[in-house]
Amino acid sequence: MKRRNSPQFELPQLSRRRFVTGMAAGAALLGMPAGLSASAPRAGAAPQTLRGNQFDLNIGYLPVNYTGRERTAVAVNGSVPGPILRWKEGQTVTLNVTNHLAHDTSIHWHGIILPSNMDGVPGLSFNGIRPGETFTYQFQLSQSGTYWYHSHSDFQEQQGLYGSIVIDPADADPVAYDRDYVVLLSDWSDESPHDIYAKLKKEGHYYNRRRRTAGDLWREVKEKGVAATWRDREMWNMMRMSDRDISDVTGYTYTFLMNGQTPDANWTALFRKGEKVRLRFINGAAMSIFDIRIPGLKMTVVATDGQNIEPVTVDEFRIGVAETYDVIVEPDGDSAYTLFAQTIDRSGFARGTLTSEPGLQAAVPPMDYAPVLTHRDMGMGHGAHAGMAGMGGMDHSQHDMGTMDHNQHDMGTMDHSQHDMGGMDHSQHDMGTMDHSQHDMGTMDHSQHDMGTMDHSQHDMGTMDHSQHNMDGMDHSQHQVGAQGYSLHGGRSELGGMQGVWFTDNLGRAGHGSNSPIVHLPSEYGFGVDMRSEMPMSGLHDPGIGLRDHGSRYGRRVLNYGDIRNLTPTIDRREPTRELQLHLTGNMERYMWSMDGIKFNDAEPLMLKYGERIRITLVNDTMMTHPIHLHGMWSELETGDAEYIPRKHTILVQPGSKISYLVTADAYGRWAYHCHLLYHMPGMFREVRVV
Amino acid sequence: MRIANMKNTVILCAALTANAALAQDDMSHHDHGAPADSYPTPPVDSYPAQQGATRNLEHAPDSPDHVMDHEVLLTKVTFDQLEVRENDGGALKGDLWFGSDRNKLWLKTEWERDEGETEKAELHALYSRAIAPYWDLQMGVRHDFETESDSRNWGVIGFNGLAPYFFEVDSALFVGEDGDTALRLEAEYELLFTQQWILSPEIEADFFGQNDRDAGTGSGLSDIELGLRLRYEFTPQFAPYVGVHYEKKFGNAADFARDEGEHTSITSWVIGLHAWF
Repeated sequence: MKRRNSPQFELPQLSRRRFVTGMAAGAALLGMPAGLSASAPRAGAAPQTLRGNQFDLNIGYLPVNYTGRERTAVAVNGSVPGPILRWKEGQTVTLNVTNHLAHDTSIHWHGIILPSNMDGVPGLSFNGIRPGETFTYQFQLSQSGTYWYHSHSDFQEQQGLYGSIVIDPADADPVAYDRDYVVLLSDWSDESPHDIYAKLKKEGHYYNRRRRTAGDLWREVKEKGVAATWRDREMWNMMRMSDRDISDVTGYTYTFLMNGQTPDANWTALFRKGEKVRLRFINGAAMSIFDIRIPGLKMTVVATDGQNIEPVTVDEFRIGVAETYDVIVEPDGDSAYTLFAQTIDRSGFARGTLTSEPGLQAAVPPMDYAPVLTHRDMGMGHGAHAGMAGMGGMDHSQHDMGTMDHNQHDMGTMDHSQHDMGGMDHSQHDMGTMDHSQHDMGTMDHSQHDMGTMDHSQHDMGTMDHSQHNMDGMDHSQHQVGAQGYSLHGGRSELGGMQGVWFTDNLGRAGHGSNSPIVHLPSEYGFGVDMRSEMPMSGLHDPGIGLRDHGSRYGRRVLNYGDIRNLTPTIDRREPTRELQLHLTGNMERYMWSMDGIKFNDAEPLMLKYGERIRITLVNDTMMTHPIHLHGMWSELETGDAEYIPRKHTILVQPGSKISYLVTADAYGRWAYHCHLLYHMPGMFREVRVV
Repeated sequence: MRIANMKNTVILCAALTANAALAQDDMSHHDHGAPADSYPTPPVDSYPAQQGATRNLEHAPDSPDHVMDHEVLLTKVTFDQLEVRENDGGALKGDLWFGSDRNKLWLKTEWERDEGETEKAELHALYSRAIAPYWDLQMGVRHDFETESDSRNWGVIGFNGLAPYFFEVDSALFVGEDGDTALRLEAEYELLFTQQWILSPEIEADFFGQNDRDAGTGSGLSDIELGLRLRYEFTPQFAPYVGVHYEKKFGNAADFARDEGEHTSITSWVIGLHAWF
């Protein structure tokens, strides 16, 4: 493995406390008197696999001990995770879920297409399950693949109420394998989730143990000089944001679990030499995005979110909260391999072992460098550096980065029609004149500069570099209705409901993403929104913060959304008739989250007409990576190939980026649509109502 | 209710009215419990409509208790400085807020003692409203407990928040019952040596609109306090510190102090605790 070659990422190791891997060290580190309740951590019971079409699930309390302290989890049938439910496509399953808790509960079947009254979201699908009551879910399975289930009540998901679902296909499985394992990742805290949430509300950076120090500043000054350091810091200081704020909740409180086992407990799976092993990765964490690799093995990704895709062979992939990825590995020796899942902020990892012999284990690799956010992650384009004041006046006819006029602030004078790359001469994209030393290229994926393979949406100069340093100083007058071709109901005002940015003209072809300009509604200019991405790039070909240079740095092939193609042809081939541009918004200092600046409590539902096909473009106006989950309908990710659009239930939206997908409103009812980071859910949530 | 809230978001009025009408319309359907199949079949482009499918809109009440509805009311108690000073002195500076993202009740207290005498004892009771991403507007009353003279009350209006470059700022204008005026500006910064060793410089300046010999304050810039505290965060919520505190009186305030035979400036070492919960 190549050592890190950019000293920019050197971090003082002592500042990152070693997260609890299952040893009794946690008490002292959290400032608790050690020894009060310390005892040896216990490995939890492995979840059983339940098969058939009739299930009795009992939700109750379970004593657990992951860190040396006794705690109470919320479990299904006495295990965390709950049992693996093994279903068969085409069958009707009946699930009697009994609540033995003192509070209401629920189970949501994540990614399963079912009637909305079976979806398990209290307040939208049903009333929840009261203490002592049994609720019977019943629905027919029209899909196969890897899914999961979890509570949709309170913060029970953080407390252990989650489990996996495997639906075997009715016909022959197009994926050949000799054995399969579910690998369910999650995060556990000895703190109560309500305490975690309260701490975040009181001090947003509470769990960030990588905040910038005087030492970091000193190192930077030595490297780059005072002037360059000042320029770099200036914007972050003006915006009162931290470029090291990657995860809200970190290894400072979390222990990361693989199938309910701590890294020390080392969940282990067996294989025989020469076998094809299918690993069904599920991210059932409350707040943790993982980067997964198996040193020494290539992984062939064959499905995501339960849906088969054209196989892609990679060394590493990112799994957002609630996503699933199925991979095939073919270990060819009699040896052991480490399943390594490090968190996006590198504050900890989950770990297990794949071995041909019980008891054998492989080395656990060190975590990779911890990422730092760049201007690109604020929606300011990938080439921006702190010295640029704005690029509104750039010459669109010639994309020579060296000729840009940095002095124009007036974004209002831009003609968005010029952003149509169709008529552009790509040979004029002289990227070679860019001064790489000035631009923060350290974390960039250089493959994105390959003009041959670039996605046009990334080329769209509308998404690049019109950076404004002081986002507060923008001229808001440009956001007038009509000027940018949007309306508040997208031609469906008869449906009522929430107003948003809806486009109906020049939508662009299905499968190829959005052409529409970025519009920030007035509601985004309130006290609950601390940032707006003025020029978000497409997140499609971006493997994400912290992974962008793993190709050049470590020689690893990293999966990105642009690699994904459905295995079977697109079912609904209609063009979208309207496009919703929805902005993910928040305020890290106040720890508030919202969509278009409006919290769930204050929001009307988003209304869809039964049968219509729309495009949703999510614009991330925050510096966090948000996994956005639409219940009840597929999110058909536009990866540039209209023939094989992959269907997902959860889409990762990169910081300061945008991404588009198509939705066919083929399910009546009230559906939840939200960020799957548990502590973002109270605000970053909408009801979608299909009528 | 909901509609009223939305006004805050400054959405165009015309569209809002239309929306309200539609929302009401929607409600009336709920109230009458119209059977699902009485709706006309929606035109669905070329998409095959589910035969006999219900609209599935009426399973749950409109005011449910679930995770996304949490509008939590929190209470935070902060001991910014709870310290012992040289020369038989001490100080408590802290606050308590209770409320939601937008609206809070905010209590502040400042108590200072030097050479065995209480120099300052204030309690502020404020309504705090979030008005910008990093700023709260605060309004209310302040009460000064005086041991040697009459206690005083002030009206308060101020801004509390985070300025660019991460300066925590608290500023307030005070108007006394008798028309006296005062202005206080405070700023604090945190410099991290490590994640746990944090140096915090702080400045506070008091201005008055009039002389007040009893209170020892003078018109114009009356006094400045400077602090430098080095704390160690065992956890972000529990951090003992050591530091130095410097105070100087200016102008008439300094004259009043000299007349009383007191020092016009004082430097003292401090040891204390920064904590919140």
